[in-house]
Amino acid sequence: MPAILQTKNVHLSYGSKEALHGINLDFDDHSITALIGPSGCGKSTFLRCLNRMNDLIANTTITGSFQFHGQDLYAPTTNLVELRKQIGMVFQQPNPFPFSVYENVTYGLKLAGHHERKFLDEQVERALKQAAVWDEVKDNLNKSAMSFSGGQQQRICIARLLAVQPDIILLDEPTSALDPISSAQIEETLITLKKDYCIIIVTHNLQQASRIADRTAFMLNGNLVEYDLTSKMFTQPAKQDTSDYLNGKFG
Amino acid sequence: MTPNQTDRLATRFIQFLVLIVVLILLFLLGDIIISGLPHISWHFLTSPASSFSAGGGIRDQLFNSLYLLVLTLIISFPLALGSAIYLSEYAGDNWFTSLIRTAIEVLSSLPSVVVGLFGYLLFVIEFHLGFSILSGAIALTFFNLPLLIRSIEGSLHAVPNSQREAGIALGLSNWRTIRGILLPMALPGILTGIILSAGRIFGEAAALIYTAGQSAPILDYTNWNPTASSSFLNPMRPAETLAVHIWKVNTEGVTPDAVSISAGSSAVLIIIILLFNFGARAIGNRMYKKMTGGK
Repeated sequence: MPAILQTKNVHLSYGSKEALHGINLDFDDHSITALIGPSGCGKSTFLRCLNRMNDLIANTTITGSFQFHGQDLYAPTTNLVELRKQIGMVFQQPNPFPFSVYENVTYGLKLAGHHERKFLDEQVERALKQAAVWDEVKDNLNKSAMSFSGGQQQRICIARLLAVQPDIILLDEPTSALDPISSAQIEETLITLKKDYCIIIVTHNLQQASRIADRTAFMLNGNLVEYDLTSKMFTQPAKQDTSDYLNGKFG
Repeated sequence: MTPNQTDRLATRFIQFLVLIVVLILLFLLGDIIISGLPHISWHFLTSPASSFSAGGGIRDQLFNSLYLLVLTLIISFPLALGSAIYLSEYAGDNWFTSLIRTAIEVLSSLPSVVVGLFGYLLFVIEFHLGFSILSGAIALTFFNLPLLIRSIEGSLHAVPNSQREAGIALGLSNWRTIRGILLPMALPGILTGIILSAGRIFGEAAALIYTAGQSAPILDYTNWNPTASSSFLNPMRPAETLAVHIWKVNTEGVTPDAVSISAGSSAVLIIIILLFNFGARAIGNRMYKKMTGGK
């Protein structure tokens, strides 16, 4: 099976400072890939290249090849709005819009021109169920999304993303601001979602990576050190740096 | 002295300074309201001013102030909103942006009498607008713009960046994110800014003496045709506002009850501005709760 997203020789510089020194990573559909590494190693920066969020930062130069379904992500003809619908993102801090849960989940759909009440209702239920938050919010769909707990907000954000049916879900440390119980719920959600989506997650939490990821990439100082099946990397890392990091010698 | 004593002394001193400020304010407000309140009556608020005899009211001046306020906001709000959105969401960090910011700073520190004379020369004389509400509203826009731009920019700036990212990552265009997410979130702050600047407009006198004029022709509140010269809606008529009225009654008033008219008008002016301020807070708080706490 060919990878859904292939990146080759990715370099990124902020001004004259190079932050990524040539990353090659391929991502499979229906699987979870974790990006791990110490703070500042470039894992979030790399993740944000994948839906072109780094375009928002001035003076950023990105080179290399990004093939998504065989198409170049950075081609001048790429429609950014379409691209970000196909490659969605969940952030470190839950960031629901200050509207009701229903409005949050239907926001992307309404933008795409869907206004039939019945269709929207169905999609809201499907997305919230997929994000495993339906039972907790179904009686309060008209309540402001901001009035829920952090973990619930994060799952509402995931539902908001799922509503527009993306191909790839990018998560940038989605549980680092949450308590252990909420984190566990999000992890369960992700494992269920992997049947239908390609999931790429940046995480600080090594246990989390070992619990949920099929493959793990270890990055250090803007370089990709090792990329392998999670089960293999966590038991028999090929590189000394990987072994040291996994054993808590640095980072 | 021990550090503990120094700390206590410093706290006391700072409390003392705050007390002075509060006392000054209370004294001013108390004096104006206590000396003005006895002169305020339904008759005072609803009858036209008289030039020579006692017993005149402030009906037309009060209406003029409100009408001028609305007109000024209609002109200045769209300009301020656009500029604030540009400064907060689009402007890069370069010489052009700092030029705009400096221009706004300078605009906000212009003495109002200078703006008034400038408005007189340019709008009243050069553009043949005459002494009119419109001339006054344009002159007041000069003051209002910097205040409004800064408060709107401030409220947009206070929206967490994560909301912008959320919008962009969901495939919203920049403009959709601003219109659909940032502006609703900034709304309570924007409203507060509008109401506070309204208080400033309401109390302005110097800039209006030379632009909106010092005469209050008798208004016909039943004539809804804005082009008729006696219509209360005509923006081209001269219009003495409440603040200008206070100034005029004090400098050249010949009515026997000039002192009480001035005291009553001042009290009305202060009360309305206080209402604006409290209203701004109440509305801001309520909208904030509505946005974040659910319906």
